[in-house]
Amino acid sequence: MRYARLLALQLRMSITSGAQYRLEFVLRGAMSLFWVVVALIPVVAVFQQRPEVAGWSYAEALVVVGWFTFLKAVLEGAVTPSLTAVVEGVRTGALDFVLLKPADAQFLVSTAKFEPWRVLDFAGALAILGYAFHALGRWPSPRNVLVATTLLLVAVLLLYSIWILVVSASFWVVRVDNLSYLLGSIFDAARWPVTVFPRVLRFVFTFVFPLALMTTLPAEALLGRLSAATAWAAVGGGVAFAAIARLVWLRAIRAYTSASS
Amino acid sequence: MTSSRGRVAHALRALPTLLRVGLSELIAYRAEFLVWILTTNMPLLMMALWTAVAAKAPVGRFGARDFVAYFLGALIVRLVTNSWLVWELTMDIRQGTIATRLLRPLHPLLAYAAQHAAAVPMRALVVSPAFVVLAVVVGNRFPWRDPLLLAALGASLVGAWVIQFSTMVLIGSLALYVQSALSVFELWLGVSFVLSGYLVPLELLPGWVARLAAVLPFRYTLALPVETMIGLLDRAAVARQLGVQWAYAAAFVAAALTVWRRGMRRLVAFGG
Repeated sequence: MRYARLLALQLRMSITSGAQYRLEFVLRGAMSLFWVVVALIPVVAVFQQRPEVAGWSYAEALVVVGWFTFLKAVLEGAVTPSLTAVVEGVRTGALDFVLLKPADAQFLVSTAKFEPWRVLDFAGALAILGYAFHALGRWPSPRNVLVATTLLLVAVLLLYSIWILVVSASFWVVRVDNLSYLLGSIFDAARWPVTVFPRVLRFVFTFVFPLALMTTLPAEALLGRLSAATAWAAVGGGVAFAAIARLVWLRAIRAYTSASS
Repeated sequence: MTSSRGRVAHALRALPTLLRVGLSELIAYRAEFLVWILTTNMPLLMMALWTAVAAKAPVGRFGARDFVAYFLGALIVRLVTNSWLVWELTMDIRQGTIATRLLRPLHPLLAYAAQHAAAVPMRALVVSPAFVVLAVVVGNRFPWRDPLLLAALGASLVGAWVIQFSTMVLIGSLALYVQSALSVFELWLGVSFVLSGYLVPLELLPGWVARLAAVLPFRYTLALPVETMIGLLDRAAVARQLGVQWAYAAAFVAAALTVWRRGMRRLVAFGG
C-alpha cells in the first residue's frame, strides 16, 4: 500500500517535470510516433517481396510488430530512464542519497523517472494490432487475450530484470551507459518473429536474451497458436529470471555500500 | 587574427600530435569502443533476416549471397564513417567545456575531425574480418581491377563521412539555441536508418519511399559506398552519384559552418 502511494507520487513527479517542457513533450511524443512508422518500413519492405516468411504472413508479423511497439514504449518510457539515472548516480555519488531513504532501493531507483509521452506509443501499438487483426479478418478470443496479457507481464518483468542486471553491473564497472544502448539495439531484433532468424540466433533469442518470450510468444498467443505448455514454461522462466535478477541486485547493492563506506 | 591559410598550416603541423592523442583516447576507452562496435549489430541482424527471405528465390537483384555482401558492406561503411560528434558537441556545450576547446589555438571542429581520423586505422582493423568475407562473397564484382572505381570508392567514403560529420556539427550547434538538439538528431538518425539503405537495400523499399531515397542526401552517407563496393553500380552511375554526393557534402559543410559561427558568436556574447 505504501509502495503504491510511493509509485503514484513518483509517477506524478515525472508527469509534472515532463509537462514543464511542453515543446519537448510534444516533440518527443510526435517523435516516438514517428519512430513507430519508421520501424514499420522494413517490415513492409520484406513482406512486399514475399507473401509469407518462415510461416508468418504480413498480418501475423504485424501482430509481433504491434507487440514490439508496446514493449518498446514500456522499455523506453518506464525502464531505461530510471536505470540510466542509476548509472549516472553511481558515477556522481548521488545514488547514496537514494540508498539512505527508508524504502526499498530497487523500488526507488526503478520508479525514479518515467517518460509520459511514451503513452502515445501505446496508441500506435493498438493501431497496428487493430489493423493486423482487421487484415486477418478474425479477432482474438478473450482467452487468448488473457494469455497474451499474462505473457505481456512476463515480458515486462524479463525486460526489467535484464536491465536490473545491467545496472547491477554498473556497481562494479562504472561506465555501462553504453550497455543500455547495446541492449536497446539487440532488443530491436524483437520486432521480427523469432522464427525468421537462423537457428543459432533463434536459440540465443529464446534462452540467452529471451526476445522470443517477449514478442513472438505473446503474438502467437494472440493468434491462438501457442500451446499451454509453452505459455506456462514462459511464465516459469520469466519468474525465475526475475528472481535471479533480484538476488544479483541485492548482492550488488551490498558490494556498493561496503565499497563506499 | 591569422589568415585562413596560416590556420590550416598550423592545424597540419599539429596533426601528428592530434592523431596520437586521438589514438590514446581510443585505447583508454577501449571497453566503450568495443561496446559501440557490438551496438552496430543491426546490419548483421538484417543480413540474417534477408538471407532467410531470399533463401528459396532471389529478391529483385538480390540473392542470399548478395544480401550477405550488402549488409557486410553496410556494417563496414557505418563502422568506418560514423562518429559520435553530436553527443560530444552537445555535451561540451551543455557543460560549458566547449569554452576550453575554443581557447586552444586550433579550430575545435578540426580537433574533432582529427579525433575521428585517429580512430580510423583501429576501426579499419576491426572491420577487416568483415571485409575479407565480403571480398570472398563478392568475388570478381568487387572493383579490384578498376583503379578508377577504387578511387571513387575511397572518395565516396570520405564524402559519406563529410556529410555525416557536418550534419552532426549542424545539429550539435543547435544545442546553443535549443534544449532538444539531440532529439532533432535522433529524428535525422531514424530517417537515415531507412533512407540510407542501412536496414533495407534502397531498391527493395516500397516504390515511393525508394524514389524519395534516391533524391535525399541519406543514400550518400551509406548506400553509395556500399553499392560501389559490391559492384551494383557501373562507372557512369558511380561518377554521377559521386558528383551529387560531393555537392551535398559542400552544401552541408557550408550550412554547418554558418550555424556553428553564428552559434559561437552567441555563446561568446552570453558567456563573455
